[in-house]
Amino acid sequence: MAEQSIFGEEHIETENKQYNTLNLGPTHPATHGVFQNILQMDGEIIMSSEATIGYIHRAFEKLAEHRPFYQVTPITDRLNYCSSPINNIGWHMTVEKLLGVQTPKKVDYMRIVVMELSRIADHIVCNTVIGVDTGALTGFTYMFQERERIYDIFEQMCGARLTTNIGRIGGFERDFSAKTIQLIREFIAGFPKRFDEFEGMLLRNRIFMDRIINVGPISGERALEYSFSGPNLRAAGVDYDVRVMNPYCSYNDFDFTIPIGTNGDTYDRFCVRQAEIRESLKIIETALNNMPEGNFVADCPEFYLPAKKDVYTSMEALIWHFKIVMGEVDLPKGEVYHSVEGGNGELGFYLISDGGRTPYRLHFRRPCFIYYQAYPEMIKGSMLSDAILTMSSMNVIAGELDA
Amino acid sequence: MALTQEITLARLQEHFGDAILSHAEPFGFLTIEIPADRILDVVGFLKNEADLAFGYLTDLCAVHMPEQSGREIGVVYHLHSLTNNVRIRIKCWIPEAAPEIASATSLYAGANWMERETYDFYGVRFQGHPNLKRILNVDHMEIFPMLKQYPLEDSSREDKDDRFFGR
Repeated sequence: MAEQSIFGEEHIETENKQYNTLNLGPTHPATHGVFQNILQMDGEIIMSSEATIGYIHRAFEKLAEHRPFYQVTPITDRLNYCSSPINNIGWHMTVEKLLGVQTPKKVDYMRIVVMELSRIADHIVCNTVIGVDTGALTGFTYMFQERERIYDIFEQMCGARLTTNIGRIGGFERDFSAKTIQLIREFIAGFPKRFDEFEGMLLRNRIFMDRIINVGPISGERALEYSFSGPNLRAAGVDYDVRVMNPYCSYNDFDFTIPIGTNGDTYDRFCVRQAEIRESLKIIETALNNMPEGNFVADCPEFYLPAKKDVYTSMEALIWHFKIVMGEVDLPKGEVYHSVEGGNGELGFYLISDGGRTPYRLHFRRPCFIYYQAYPEMIKGSMLSDAILTMSSMNVIAGELDA
Repeated sequence: MALTQEITLARLQEHFGDAILSHAEPFGFLTIEIPADRILDVVGFLKNEADLAFGYLTDLCAVHMPEQSGREIGVVYHLHSLTNNVRIRIKCWIPEAAPEIASATSLYAGANWMERETYDFYGVRFQGHPNLKRILNVDHMEIFPMLKQYPLEDSSREDKDDRFFGR
């Protein structure tokens, strides 16, 4: 033990060497969210770190135990708020599984269009922010215009942009309007060119590559031990994708590839997300071209809000409207696990129903929460500025992390 | 031969016999119940047997059933065999008075935070966990808030009048 340092606890002695304690966060402009990491620094090298989370914990699981199923949907919005529609639809599909509702093909295809659009929006945020953290702000501002276009499409569909609360149990509130389809068509026609520009600026850029290759790597084995999922796992070379492994929502009708990386470093994560955006575009285009005829909602009147004009004119519809809005329709008993491929990986809903109007227990398997625990291991021995890049390339979303 | 849920269950029953207290397949998801003191044996067996290879811990959480006397808290594990694409759900029931179960961190690195979260909300003490402390709630919280006896809102609050909320 050395004598008491004049800096008090700021200096911690390990192996006869004094390290500096650095508080990164909770509100640091470079961490893009509320994250605190207490770092032990040797100069600019991180010797160890501890993550503190929970700053925006909102007790979603407790809240969900007190809310009827439709009131749970807005909660799911606020998990990974970069791709809210995937969370909404994942939740609706979980309830449908419990109810035994079979959705028409058209609903599946509409959902795929919405979910893939949100995946693109999600990946745009992550990849452009990697650019920002390496000093390339331009790509961010240009690509956010594309993200705005996706939000315009969501707005056209459901009236909301970020926290969408999109869809209904059984399908959608309304069919895609002509305007919606026109916006999607315009998006998939115009997006590739601008996306190529963005990619051309970064993907083979020597400075960018030197900056992020071998930053924050993780091996495939280690990633699996840490229960990684989504692009971060695939960047480490494991081709696990829920859309392919456990196809939901007619994803097995579509032909797409799962891009994988080799080193699991920041560059691979960037590349995997870039490639996934292209695959998503392909899926959207196929889904639009092959959009089946049929109804935009499954036949489940007990759980689907009746049309407004019927509510005003028919007693039956008015009763159902009240029962559904007030949450007076009981769910059947049962326990069900359903997972979808969210923007960040396997987003799971574990729902236990005791036959009441609210879930007895609802657990969200949040991919962010699970893979963020590997962060201290991934940044150990790297520079402080690399730690920032590693975090942004892992796409840690505070809302999903803290639930 | 490809691994299926039936084969998984048969292998478990063959190896553990009566320790498989019950099994079911709600919504096509193989679910077994085992005594809490056998959890590491069963999970280790599922993970390490070459033909089973349940190497992926999908999820770990708890559920509180206060009416089940002596076995109020259920710890639920979701495992996934990625090479065979078979999933299994394992449940252990432990008493609320002494909520203790072995930690799975020696088998899955990812269990670390999942167990911390379960401890934080249900008070389940995972024996052998390297760093079992609260993760999402504040450190000085005295209760385990997801237990059913704790209401959603603090009942001592005076700033919310039920009359204004239609309650």
